[in-house]
Amino acid sequence: MSERTIQTEKPWSWKNFFFQWEWFLIALLIGINIFNSFLTPYYFTADTFLSTPMNFLDKAFLVFPMMMIIVLGNIDVSVGSIIALSSVIMAVSYNAGLPMPAAMVLCLIVSTTCGLINGLLQAKFKELSSTIVTISTQIIYRGIAYIILEDKASGKFPSWFSFLGWGYVGNVPFITIVFVVFTIIFAILIHRTRFGRQLFAMGNNSTACRYSGIKTENMLVSVSTIMGFMAGITALFLTSRMGSTRPNVASGYELDVIAMVVLGGVSTAGGKGRITGPLLAIFIIGFLNYGLGLFNISAQVLLIILGVLLIVSVMLQNLRFDKRRQKSGVVSK
Amino acid sequence: MSEYILELDHISKSFPGVKALDDVHFKLEKGQIHALMGENGAGKSTFIKIITGVYQPDAGEIRINGKPTMIRNPIDSQKQGIAAIYQHVTCFPDLSVTENIFIGHETINRITRKIDWKTLNGKAGEWLEKLDADFYPQTIMGTLSVAQQQIVEIAKALSANARILIMDEPTAPLSKRETEDLYRTVENLRNHGVSIIFISHRLEDMYRLASSVTILRDGRYIGTWELDKISQDDIVKAMVGREITQFFPPRHAKIGGEVLRVEKLSRTGYFKDVSFTVNKGEIVGLTGLVGAGRTEVCEAIYGVNPPDEGSVYIEGKQVQNRHASKAIEEGIGYLPEDRLKQGLVLDWQLSRNITLASLRRFEKKGFMDDSKEREVTKTLGEKLEVKATSVYDKVATLSGGNQQKVIVAKLLTGDMKVIILDEPTKGVDVGAKTAIYKIMNDLAQEGYGILMVSSEMPEVLGMCDRVVVMREGRVSAVLDARKTSQQEILEASMVLYRGKQEDGQERKAQE
Repeated sequence: MSERTIQTEKPWSWKNFFFQWEWFLIALLIGINIFNSFLTPYYFTADTFLSTPMNFLDKAFLVFPMMMIIVLGNIDVSVGSIIALSSVIMAVSYNAGLPMPAAMVLCLIVSTTCGLINGLLQAKFKELSSTIVTISTQIIYRGIAYIILEDKASGKFPSWFSFLGWGYVGNVPFITIVFVVFTIIFAILIHRTRFGRQLFAMGNNSTACRYSGIKTENMLVSVSTIMGFMAGITALFLTSRMGSTRPNVASGYELDVIAMVVLGGVSTAGGKGRITGPLLAIFIIGFLNYGLGLFNISAQVLLIILGVLLIVSVMLQNLRFDKRRQKSGVVSK
Repeated sequence: MSEYILELDHISKSFPGVKALDDVHFKLEKGQIHALMGENGAGKSTFIKIITGVYQPDAGEIRINGKPTMIRNPIDSQKQGIAAIYQHVTCFPDLSVTENIFIGHETINRITRKIDWKTLNGKAGEWLEKLDADFYPQTIMGTLSVAQQQIVEIAKALSANARILIMDEPTAPLSKRETEDLYRTVENLRNHGVSIIFISHRLEDMYRLASSVTILRDGRYIGTWELDKISQDDIVKAMVGREITQFFPPRHAKIGGEVLRVEKLSRTGYFKDVSFTVNKGEIVGLTGLVGAGRTEVCEAIYGVNPPDEGSVYIEGKQVQNRHASKAIEEGIGYLPEDRLKQGLVLDWQLSRNITLASLRRFEKKGFMDDSKEREVTKTLGEKLEVKATSVYDKVATLSGGNQQKVIVAKLLTGDMKVIILDEPTKGVDVGAKTAIYKIMNDLAQEGYGILMVSSEMPEVLGMCDRVVVMREGRVSAVLDARKTSQQEILEASMVLYRGKQEDGQERKAQE
């Protein structure tokens, strides 16, 4: 035995503590809220912060599974189409006589299957990139939605269905409660379980994972399936808020969601990120959107601001990582 | 004017921690075929890279036609008329033969400023004719056989006015007949005044073609001989002839019953009918030349690249490893050859790397048990004497030897019965080597069966109980390490065609 000991305490340094992406995001979030408060009187009330998120939380369900996909080093641009397809099938099957609860379950089954197909394609055909696979299925899924409903709307849901998107439990919107529950589930899944550990390991070095006995194909399929399931949840809340559905709903959602994940500091190269980042990013983009809405600025301007924000954030992160690498003497390949 | 077209004098080259070449001499006459021989790691590659300008020598002089010359980069080397043809042809498979030959020095039409394909195709045709090629300049490179691609490479070298041609194991991928054709081509070139440095593991090639041979060993110059004045035995002795240094710890492990048996394992294109056993407490060496299929056999046993045929038994029970996770369950651990790509997550801390292969054991009620992870990592790390200050150290900051220890620790977190180590001491310094040998001994003593892939003869002889030698995808010998010699192992790993009836017949059968 050697006299050498290996410490098990985490080294603490103030620099590492303050050198975290989340501080920047928190500052950004506070800044946006202060800006918003100039636009409307009585902004800083509990009601603002409880009710405003209802407008954007439907999208937020997609952020955590998308984070998992990006941590793997992949991307999924088909989520918007999955939402449209599952929502359309739910509406059509309800109007064809299926009871609403059964139609809702069908919606989740459809979306989960779509995700599963994405995953299987990626696992079976490794030479295809996730971008290509999901661009193809994006077109296919939305195409099917158009074939089923053509360019029409379908709705007339029972009145209780609107509770999902509009209902309150006490003072708190129902959607917020569901969101909190999912946030906790995903935080645990990503950061506290074997599954999460394998996720980050694969994002860093997929070959080493294969040699370490991790079933990398299963991981790909699971993550895509979870993404599909969460797209179904989004479809439920979105349809409930809109009261009816069309084959073109949720188009462009995938880009918003990817933007939130990247703004949240998750590396598109895979293997790096913390769930707190995307969580803050959801509210940053949500409140920014809300504020610009109050100001009567069109959605297109928001897109421009979002784009700039993304480029700046990715740039800042890379600067930070480079500096760290140089210090620790790691040669990047 | 000197009679030597190329002379290298007192050439030395060091890399961090390794002296790759130490005072090496080499003289190449005009129109001579000069063989260069040595074991894996003897310094042949470094030697070629110095001639072709990829590396700069630390000391020594290179003279071309008697004139001291600096070869600063591959372009310099090309200007001096030096060209190299490698074992694995480096070509553009989607381009035509002409495009491949003239890439980088195409003729440009003066008026139209376009590439003059007509002239180029004509020129390429002339070269191909001179080399007796049976294909056309417009043929797509990827459709040619390896032998034909080599012809293109030679044409490419000649079209760039090469006077010195370096051929690195050109016959390795060729069949018997193709080899004969290549011999004729090479002789033809020599008769036209091209000087050739010919590198091969096949003694047959050398005796057929070369007039002299220079032998390197451990980066040192052993000597140059006229081939008609040296016997095969003496060549092998010169390549091997070194003392086994004393840094191998004494072995005390008690050898028990069989723990791993491999029967008739085959994978098309890589290895065929490989059978051997490993016992409890035994260290078995798996050796042979690079490319003999050693790593592929290990990966087949471990299930990352499953075999087409054959069976693997653990303690007498047949196991079907179609995936590494299954192999780990069955008690097979594998330390891969490329530790950075296949073994480690470089950006991760020590503890997470060590637990990666057996995460299930560090779960408590579905959650990761971080404190258990830290404790186990600490214990294993201290046992293997990993030089790290904390379990939070990134493995990227550790030295090669310590990274290797981290992977060994990773194997020890599971319930292993057999541990396969693929070149465990590759690229680590001498001190770390000794430490790894000690760990191997300790593991054998604890009752693990160990299979070690290694190209280093002293290591194989010093550490192993038995040695399995592979040659061109087959087991050519299983030897008792105490009774065998480096010479015997080397003979079993090389293609000798000397009194080996079954080999001759096999070759004939292939034709």
